[in-house]
Amino acid sequence: MTALADFYAKHSRLIDQIGVNAILALSLSVSLQAGQLALAQAAFAGIAAYVSAILAMNAHWPLLASIIAAMLVSTVVAALLAFPVRRLRGVFLAIATIGFGEIVRVFANNLKITGGAEGLSGIPNDATTPVIYGALALVAIALFFLSRTKFALAVALVREDEYAARGVGIDVGAIRTLSLALGGAIAGLAGALYAHASFFITPSDFGFPRMEQILVWCVVGGVTSPLGAVLGAALLSILPEAIRFLADYREISNGIILLAVILFAPGGLASLWRRGVVRVRS
Amino acid sequence: MIAQQLLNGLFLGAVYALFAVGYTLVFGVLDILNLAHAAIFTAAAFAAFSLALAGWPLPLAFLAAAVLAGLIGILLDRVAFAPLRARNAGTLVPLISSIGVAIIIGAILRGIYGVDEKHFTTGGLDAAPVIHLGMVTFTTVELAIFFSAIVLMLGLSYVLRATTLGRRIRAVAEDRVAAALLGVDLERTIAATFFIASGLGGAAGVLTGLEYNSVTLDMGGPIELKGLAVIILGGMGSVTGAVVGGFILGAVETLAIAYGLSPWRDAIVFGVMFVLLVARPTGLFGKRALRQA
Amino acid sequence: MLTLENVGVRYGGVDALRAVSITVETGHVLGLIGPNGAGKTTLVNATTGLAPLASGSIALDGKRIDGLPPHRIARAGIARTYQNIRLFSALDVRANLAAGAFARPGRLTPEELTTLLQRAGIPHVDPAAKAGSLPYGDQRRLEIGRALAAAPAVVMLDEPAAGMNPAETTRLVETIRAIATAGIAVLLIEHDMTLVRAACDSVVVLNFGEIIARGTPSEVARDPVVVEAYLGTDAGALA
Repeated sequence: MTALADFYAKHSRLIDQIGVNAILALSLSVSLQAGQLALAQAAFAGIAAYVSAILAMNAHWPLLASIIAAMLVSTVVAALLAFPVRRLRGVFLAIATIGFGEIVRVFANNLKITGGAEGLSGIPNDATTPVIYGALALVAIALFFLSRTKFALAVALVREDEYAARGVGIDVGAIRTLSLALGGAIAGLAGALYAHASFFITPSDFGFPRMEQILVWCVVGGVTSPLGAVLGAALLSILPEAIRFLADYREISNGIILLAVILFAPGGLASLWRRGVVRVRS
Repeated sequence: MIAQQLLNGLFLGAVYALFAVGYTLVFGVLDILNLAHAAIFTAAAFAAFSLALAGWPLPLAFLAAAVLAGLIGILLDRVAFAPLRARNAGTLVPLISSIGVAIIIGAILRGIYGVDEKHFTTGGLDAAPVIHLGMVTFTTVELAIFFSAIVLMLGLSYVLRATTLGRRIRAVAEDRVAAALLGVDLERTIAATFFIASGLGGAAGVLTGLEYNSVTLDMGGPIELKGLAVIILGGMGSVTGAVVGGFILGAVETLAIAYGLSPWRDAIVFGVMFVLLVARPTGLFGKRALRQA
Repeated sequence: MLTLENVGVRYGGVDALRAVSITVETGHVLGLIGPNGAGKTTLVNATTGLAPLASGSIALDGKRIDGLPPHRIARAGIARTYQNIRLFSALDVRANLAAGAFARPGRLTPEELTTLLQRAGIPHVDPAAKAGSLPYGDQRRLEIGRALAAAPAVVMLDEPAAGMNPAETTRLVETIRAIATAGIAVLLIEHDMTLVRAACDSVVVLNFGEIIARGTPSEVARDPVVVEAYLGTDAGALA
């Protein structure tokens, strides 16, 4: 048992990071399932991180309250963003949301309340591992139950063919807004947890490089199930640490895995798992 | 004062335009947003640095690095895009695989060069002669960079308008199926497109490295995103648009700095881009139906 | 009952439809024919809200539906199939039928599923099969099944026999007639005159966006105006 405790003590930061990364990946998977390459999750997380940190530090809000308030803000922002981008598809939606993310980053870099480029430090460090993984479990369970509802069917139909979806009575605009808002909520949760699990946050924690990372986790893990997002985030967070012997080259593994998945297992690792299950049964 | 700012904007814009042209060329021909473009930009800058360090004269290092970038572009297509074309994977999957290649290139550069900033120690960049022309001032290096960018863009324009290859590229961009039916060798034309686009992107990288006398692993980050704003402004798929857009962006940025809005200049740029996407997604010169991508 | 009154649609300065008035009654199959480009699909698009009206009105059982967003029109009881099949090909047959029934409260029961497959004429199809993997004719019928799943008041079929052989087309007649008998107003766009003759109670002929003839299939086939409209394209098909 002490071996486990030692392992945890040595790697607790990484373990916490994986939990937060998994929640971030889940937030993007919601958008991807609706067929929207909406690359604003990192920005939503950043907004929530700052809101939560500011409430905790300046107004001394307890953890739960500051997380909920932060999630509310990120959800509202996401829902508002859905309106101007409602007619954008594909690459254009991606670019618009990237632009939004950059605008958020600039604001975080320049406002006094966000601490400018230096960010905020001294955030109460009360998002412990159980809290993070408890939140992850909640999100995963919620998404699992959501996947059995008509909303999930509507999301899949909008992804597959939005004209035909309209033809069967689905309000495509509403579905897109809801899925963006849901992604915003989950990203907000991740962001708030990130703030409370780190000693400091800076604007560059939530910029485009982070967004690309989240996208890579989702694609590698597979988008169509919560398991996939979690798998991808976990694997790709651990891997660079595990192959430290490659030193400065070690990030190459993530790129190679991403390419391998796209070329050979486009449904992501989760689809391989499912494929494996089918083979075992038959 | 304003003349100087405009000149600065012109110099900055020329490099933006050169970078954006490669972006938009690939998008115009393949409907793919190539997010490895910035990684190739950076790789070329490092390549030029290494060559210069090995004693190559700067202009030669510049050309060799650009050619190398072009070759990497062809490799990029073979590895990350061609297999997806073969299985009709759409336009978003290649975007993601380009990220994969960008990660790989970045990791390789990091392994070879480490994280420290590099400088060109030859060519006397930091002591370049300064020219005064009326109200404006600039260095010979800036002038050389500007002219290189212009020459390359003019070269591209010539290739696209007046050569067989250019006609083939435009045909494939217009309608891939029809072009194939008319006998255009798709894969070779696409390879040539990548060579040109990545070569120009790499050239932009070397020029940027020379301009600031700094080559770093993350030098591609800002321009990758600004490049998006340029091609949206100019119209996705329009080379002329990318050039015009690049200069406009350069002007907007330098004016923002001049009027004390420097910390907000990126927000201004992306704000304009966002508004354009929502209101007039075809940009200044674009023709494509953007909304149903 | 679906009523189009004096409907006009403009695309970029051209009248795609002009002064079109038709009525599709419950239990009735109305055929919509005309040369390519006559505006048939435009009419269906206008009815389902995908093309804005420049003039006129469209009503379902007396209630105006023009101007409503497409999903509201669908929910009002108008279902359609598409000229180029628009199934959710990556999803399975069951999901496609469930999609059709989306606007109805509750979920699709296994009995409803079986009934729909029967009514669509594909009782043998595996509900777990990927829609895109079905043979072409079955896909067209699955689209019909999806339309029926909505329990609609009106079904608009856009060239459902395209690509079918004569035997399949004959079977399609029964399917279509059964839909009407079940109390649905059916609008059938078709080029296949055998199908039109056998399945339709009456026919409307469109050319250059205007109605040039109405009547029973045999009346219309003899109409010289109609024959002339088809001359140079499909004159033989009318015989």
